[in-house]
Amino acid sequence: MKKDGNVYGNHISQSFNEELAALKSRFLEMGGLVETQVLQAVKALTERDAELANLVRDEDKVVDRYEMKIDDAAIHILARRQPTARDLRLVVSIIKAVSDLERIGDESKKIAKLALQLVEGDKTPNGLTEIRHIGQHVATMLNGALEAFARLDVEKAVEIIKEDKNVDAEYKTASRSLMTYMMEDPRTISECMSVMWVFRALERVGDHACNLAEHIVYMVEGEDVRHTKIDQLNEQLKRLD
Amino acid sequence: MSTNKTVRMSANDVRVFYGDKEAIKGVSVDIMENEVIAFIGPSGCGKSTFLRCLNRMNDTIEGCRVEGEITLDGNNIYDSRMDPVLLRARVGMVFQRPNPFPKSIYENVAYGPRIHGLASSKRDLDEIVEVSLSKAGLWDEVKDRLMEPGTGLSGGQQQRLCIARTIAVSPEVILMDEPCSALDPIATATVEELIEELSSQFSIAIVTHSMQQAARVSNRTAYFHLGKLIEVGDTDEVFTKPKNELTEAYITGRFG
Ligand SMILES: Nc1ncnc2c1ncn2[C@@H]1O[C@H](COP(=O)(O)OP(=O)(O)OP(=O)(O)O)[C@@H](O)[C@H]1O
Ligand SMILES: [Mg+2]
Repeated sequence: MKKDGNVYGNHISQSFNEELAALKSRFLEMGGLVETQVLQAVKALTERDAELANLVRDEDKVVDRYEMKIDDAAIHILARRQPTARDLRLVVSIIKAVSDLERIGDESKKIAKLALQLVEGDKTPNGLTEIRHIGQHVATMLNGALEAFARLDVEKAVEIIKEDKNVDAEYKTASRSLMTYMMEDPRTISECMSVMWVFRALERVGDHACNLAEHIVYMVEGEDVRHTKIDQLNEQLKRLD
Repeated sequence: MSTNKTVRMSANDVRVFYGDKEAIKGVSVDIMENEVIAFIGPSGCGKSTFLRCLNRMNDTIEGCRVEGEITLDGNNIYDSRMDPVLLRARVGMVFQRPNPFPKSIYENVAYGPRIHGLASSKRDLDEIVEVSLSKAGLWDEVKDRLMEPGTGLSGGQQQRLCIARTIAVSPEVILMDEPCSALDPIATATVEELIEELSSQFSIAIVTHSMQQAARVSNRTAYFHLGKLIEVGDTDEVFTKPKNELTEAYITGRFG
């Protein structure tokens, strides 16, 4: 049972192997879809593309269906297979991670709705550069988390956990500069507030990507690293080796 | 959970031979006061053999030799001054198939206390029988038919009768070798519930092939493999985060 091998695939029960493989791959599919949702939502907003925004809004239903299907499959495995050890950790992590993905989906939908509002305005709102930048940043985090999940890569997961504070910093800076715009020109307040909500949504996406990474550490190492400070996190993981 | 309890039994580098064949290869483990410890492992790994060492049931098997040290409350149970019959009252055993004597329900429970002189009067004995059957969760079901044969009870009831028989002589430790493997899920649940209740008074070592049962009833789990003790730890840990790959392969149903 080496970490690089197919660690979930060597059960005596072939159908159990298949169920776990299907669960994992459906989860990763959902992850891919959600990642696209984030990128498309940001694109719809920054390029003022109403059609794309509508598409993102509609696709959220597909994300929700994935969530329900995956939960259902996970519950089926818990009830019928009574998994233990790494199998149990995989199933529990997926149940939790799926709800993070679903929430990222919701944030994307929120951004798409704000995009539709902003398209109506006649001039380009402030903060689009920041949106593009933070959007790219959190999408990369999400992509990294999914990759780490697929490869059971704890090191990568830890990188993502650490990355979250950079997103938080960017969010604060962006909000502050928006605040200045609002003070300078109160006529932009309503529109700036919309942009502020987008910042907020993206910052939340970063938080959820970070949660995903924490689930990965638990899934692989059996170590709960939620609510752990970064320096303690390193110590905690060092003890495992 | 079990770390600061007192040690009730202690096995130290125990080896068991059947003729030349070494079936237990140097096992050391403690059994704590008031704990339920589960022994798990593949068929033939030596769980029953090891369990039988703990009350010298192996003495009765031809060609079986035990080495190493096993203590009960600090005293070596293989010491020549230790009376095996008395030992088996202090360390009782419940088997896979319920095996009531072909006698009345009452006699099944009363037999042990009588031969060990635990009751000074019929009244005493009646009380021991009632208390034991109550603790075994069987009293209400049998109180009106105490003189009927024990073998007339259902499988689950018979197993609880055997448990009542074991606890009637006030043991310190109860050994159970797959006590539920012949029982349906409801009877199993009753026995498991009983194990939990009994653990407040006794130490219990249980051999089981059901991972779920080990996970449900025990505080600690010990994994045996080819006559060796591979891993022993808190049951929560063993089932979510086992330390050894052999343990993990076994509990997750993988090729070992
Ligand atoms: N009376 C005996 N004479 C000779 N060998 C024996 C005897 N009893 C057990 N053995 C051998 O000792 C080893 C351990 O057997 P044991 O019955 O303790 O295993 P176990 O873990 O209880 O298996 P199971 O889960 O099938 O009950 C096996 O190889 C078995 O063949
Ligand atoms: Mg056995």
